[in-house]
Amino acid sequence: MRTLLNVTVLFLASAFGLALGWLILDLPVAAVRLPEQVTAQLEMSGVVHPVTAVLLNFRGYDTLLEIAVLLLALLGILALPRHVSDHQHRPSSANPVLQTLTRVLAPLMLLVAGYVLWAGAHRPGGAFQAGAVLAGAGVLLHLAGLLPAWATPGRTLRAGLAVGLLVFIAVAVALMAQGTLLQYPLSWAGALILMIEASLTLSLGLILAGLYLVLTDSGVQK
Amino acid sequence: MIFDLLLVAALLWSAVQALTTPDLFRAVVLFIIFGLLMALAWARLDAPDIALAEAAIGAGLTGALLLDAVAHLHKKRREQSP
Repeated sequence: MRTLLNVTVLFLASAFGLALGWLILDLPVAAVRLPEQVTAQLEMSGVVHPVTAVLLNFRGYDTLLEIAVLLLALLGILALPRHVSDHQHRPSSANPVLQTLTRVLAPLMLLVAGYVLWAGAHRPGGAFQAGAVLAGAGVLLHLAGLLPAWATPGRTLRAGLAVGLLVFIAVAVALMAQGTLLQYPLSWAGALILMIEASLTLSLGLILAGLYLVLTDSGVQK
Repeated sequence: MIFDLLLVAALLWSAVQALTTPDLFRAVVLFIIFGLLMALAWARLDAPDIALAEAAIGAGLTGALLLDAVAHLHKKRREQSP
């Protein structure tokens, strides 16, 4: 009976997969050629790399909502009941080789994050990738026993978590006077995008690291 | 071409293994491998932006979170059955 059920599910799932694949191949060619439109408008965006231009300029609204969603996710985690354990929130098995290596690697990771952020204007890179590298550095520092878990985030940390969204909203509100949301004036576009991306990087790094550092060790109450 | 075929085969293999293995730790490690292979696939598809994000977030951070979750589950199980 059970095997029959399994076979049926397997058959239905593969039929569904095949149907999906066939439908995708069967789709008509899109009427609007987005890549060409982006290339045509690239000069108006203030950056040279098309992906950054789309993320921060043409569809800046989506990115604004993305960082808001991430911040909300972290706030949700912070709202979970937690108990603060007494043993300093440090992993006990920290060994000196790992610690020394981490002390060497962490500044390098900061440098890489800064480079990736800066490179985003003209080649692959940008705020999300730089933020992920920052978060990786944070998690590594914690695993090596150099950075305690964030059981109760202080005022500076809270400010750092929110600064990306706040700067983004501030820019959006300041530009509302012209009538359209997040349409940067041509001469400032590059500088505004860099400013937004820098604050986004800081916030994203802290939020992504926070997803790990808030949940870990001290742990969610059982 | 051969590399691409190998990559697709490895992707499918790691995905199936990650879903079917009964050992949670093994599943997480296979998930991380899947993420890294996926990053390689994105790079082959000329999407280096997505490749960077996939490697850092999909494989790195999610993997770390899942490993942490597995460790918590093990600790809980040990406390329940001393």
